[in-house]
Amino acid sequence: MSETLYQEIILDHYKHPHHKGLREPFGAEVHHVNPTCGDEVTLRVQLADGVVQDVSYDGQGCSISQASTSVMTDLVIGRSLDDAMARHEAFLELMQSKGALEPDEEVLEDGIAFAGVSKYPARVKCALLGWMAFKDAAAQAAGGKH
Amino acid sequence: MSTPFDVEAVRKDFPVLSREVNGHALVYLDSASSSHKPRQVLEAERRFVEEHYSNVHRGVHTLSQEATDAYEAARATVARFIGASSDREVVFTKNVTESLNLAAHSLGGLLQLGPGDEVCVTEMEHHSNLVPWQMLCERTGATLRWFGLTDDGRLDLSTDAVNERTKVLAFTHVSNLLGTENPVAELAARARAVGALTVVDGAQAVPHQPVSVTDLGVDLYAFTGHKLLAPTGVGVLWGRADLLDAMPPFLGGGSMIEVVRMSGSTYAKAPERFEAGTPVVSQAIALAAACDYLADLGLDAVAAHEQALTGRLLSGLAALPGVRVVGPATTELRGSAVSFVVDGVHPHDVGQSLDELGIAVRVGHHCAAPVCQRYGVPATARASSYLYNTEDEIDALLEGIQKVQAFWR
Repeated sequence: MSETLYQEIILDHYKHPHHKGLREPFGAEVHHVNPTCGDEVTLRVQLADGVVQDVSYDGQGCSISQASTSVMTDLVIGRSLDDAMARHEAFLELMQSKGALEPDEEVLEDGIAFAGVSKYPARVKCALLGWMAFKDAAAQAAGGKH
Repeated sequence: MSTPFDVEAVRKDFPVLSREVNGHALVYLDSASSSHKPRQVLEAERRFVEEHYSNVHRGVHTLSQEATDAYEAARATVARFIGASSDREVVFTKNVTESLNLAAHSLGGLLQLGPGDEVCVTEMEHHSNLVPWQMLCERTGATLRWFGLTDDGRLDLSTDAVNERTKVLAFTHVSNLLGTENPVAELAARARAVGALTVVDGAQAVPHQPVSVTDLGVDLYAFTGHKLLAPTGVGVLWGRADLLDAMPPFLGGGSMIEVVRMSGSTYAKAPERFEAGTPVVSQAIALAAACDYLADLGLDAVAAHEQALTGRLLSGLAALPGVRVVGPATTELRGSAVSFVVDGVHPHDVGQSLDELGIAVRVGHHCAAPVCQRYGVPATARASSYLYNTEDEIDALLEGIQKVQAFWR
């Protein structure tokens, strides 16, 4: 059944999500929903000295949305905000590629497992839920200073 | 019906059913979302457009008259199909959502709703029969009340949600998520006893069972064409003639007027009063053809066929460990939409994995998010059968769910 979509990495992150649970301290908290399917995520970002100190979250949703959020935390925690945003851009570009882009493993690490998702337009929004929440929360935490 | 229902003959009328999806024969179990259309309906629409098409109610030329006659004949067919006492009681709209918005908007004006008045709905409504009433209450200061749900997916009627302050009771005939069929006549009697008007969402009922709006004793009844073998773009609002004529218009424009002066206008009687602008002419004609198609087969036979499929699905799901039905567990007072959840697998993943097997079900909150909240699930997968589905397809779904469970174990 659908190995293009449900890569082993995705199933692993879904069953054993990284960095899950809401933690303190945090500079900003956002709540994002996907109104067409009801998936939701509450996500907190803590920044210090231009570095993403922590991303914590809680939510409910399909394997794609939950695994993607888990992978995202691995990719941005401990990175400079600039670096984290660059990875956000790279992931967004991959999701909008309709399967035509060869992902860069150096930049996206486990995120490359989502390349197949870009061929399923109905699921791209799932993969982006956590990433969009991160972008929003990080912008708020930076408070316009960034 | 004395002739047995011949599902294989019916399937031949729906070309799409013979296609493959992802290398498997298509198993279409999403008719509660939208049904497929038989050749007879498509041909009726095409014949009209190719041979008689013109605008209606607007000209003296031959095509205009033929188009008007065909449009009004479609209205008569639909009226007969739902047991209306007059053609004048059938208003063509864009879809059931527009029908219900029309009802909410216009009744709000007719009843001069304000603070202290109540509108009652139920917790199992589709958003289209909930949000328009919430908006009406916001505009007028009226209070929204609702009947809650029991654990087995029925309305909890043990409360005073309908009382002497109630002005409108709006509820669904058959729930799109739970499949529950509500006691329409009993609810209508309750509303009548306190002088409230009833508005019924029949989108999941009219395509599947014989419905006589007159016998139900309700005031307004809405349904849509695209779930009833007809194209998208056409819906119906039925109303008692005297009520429709008393209701203020919803949309203003051409066709809905009587006299127009710069100082003000007067309005046509129903149904034209509610059909501003060029109406959905060819879609209405296709809807009438769909009504004829169903009437020829016999709604009793269609309902019996669907009930057998629903029974097979419900007992099959009950036998699967780790699968739970959200809604009534038996076919008693129940439509063919069956929502279920699979332990440990999110409904979207269930739906995506079933699609790999060519099986189309709907996943999500089905535009009835409060129902999911009530039963503590983020979403459900929903299989909904119609006249063209077979026992083999139900079995394919049951087998597919087991494959999904094996993959996600």
